[in-house]
Amino acid sequence: MASDDKHLEITLETQVESVNLAEEMCLRVAEAAGFGEDDCYRIGMSVREGVINAFHYGNQERPEKKIHLALDITPEKLIIHVLDEGTGFTLADVPDPLAEENLLSTSGRGIFLMRAFMDEFDVVKGRNGGAEIVMSKKLPVPVGNSENGKDGK
Amino acid sequence: MSLQATHRDAGPVTVVDLSGRITLGDGSALLRKTIRGLLADERKKILLNLADVDYIDSSGIGELVSGFTAVKNQGGDLKLLQLTKKVRDLLQITKLYTVFDVYSDENSALGSFR
Repeated sequence: MASDDKHLEITLETQVESVNLAEEMCLRVAEAAGFGEDDCYRIGMSVREGVINAFHYGNQERPEKKIHLALDITPEKLIIHVLDEGTGFTLADVPDPLAEENLLSTSGRGIFLMRAFMDEFDVVKGRNGGAEIVMSKKLPVPVGNSENGKDGK
Repeated sequence: MSLQATHRDAGPVTVVDLSGRITLGDGSALLRKTIRGLLADERKKILLNLADVDYIDSSGIGELVSGFTAVKNQGGDLKLLQLTKKVRDLLQITKLYTVFDVYSDENSALGSFR
């Protein structure tokens, strides 16, 4: 990690309240990093969905398991890691929620929303064997500091 | 902001006015309880007014779909009224905008129930 990177991590209980806590924490970080309202919404929603995934699918709602949330701010982007203590999964096995036969499914849209709302998204095997969601969003270009001298609109 | 739900009768249609967030936990549970309660009372024509709902997560989307299916399975109809931009965008990217009947005007929505 470069010296000007910032790192924050928190261990969450496997409970519904952790979803709101994670969202609120990440929203504060995103706002402080300069993201606008729309991007903050997308980041907050993605964190919610990542933690819901860990709570429900990864940790199977078992209270003895933990959810590990980490945020890294580099000069280029905000990177979010959500690690569960489950058995892991591969993205190729996740059904497409937009497929005709899945449109009326009552679950299975979380991964899709994270992919839609973040710039980069992946799921890797975590250090403990669980699934680790890694997603990032590019930091906004400060007004008057874009390549063409305009504000990037 | 936690979800609030009140309902009122408009002829054969029950309008459910929702405000707050429909998310994992209490919000989704209240929506489920409200729709199941109406079905138990034989109120099968349901219009969900989402004008004051500015946030829905995947759990809330799942609950909307679950309610829609439950009402349809009992021969009724569940429609949506006055979506906020965020909710409309969410239903569009998940392709559910074409599944639900969505209205911006309450009288038009009420008139669409047969």
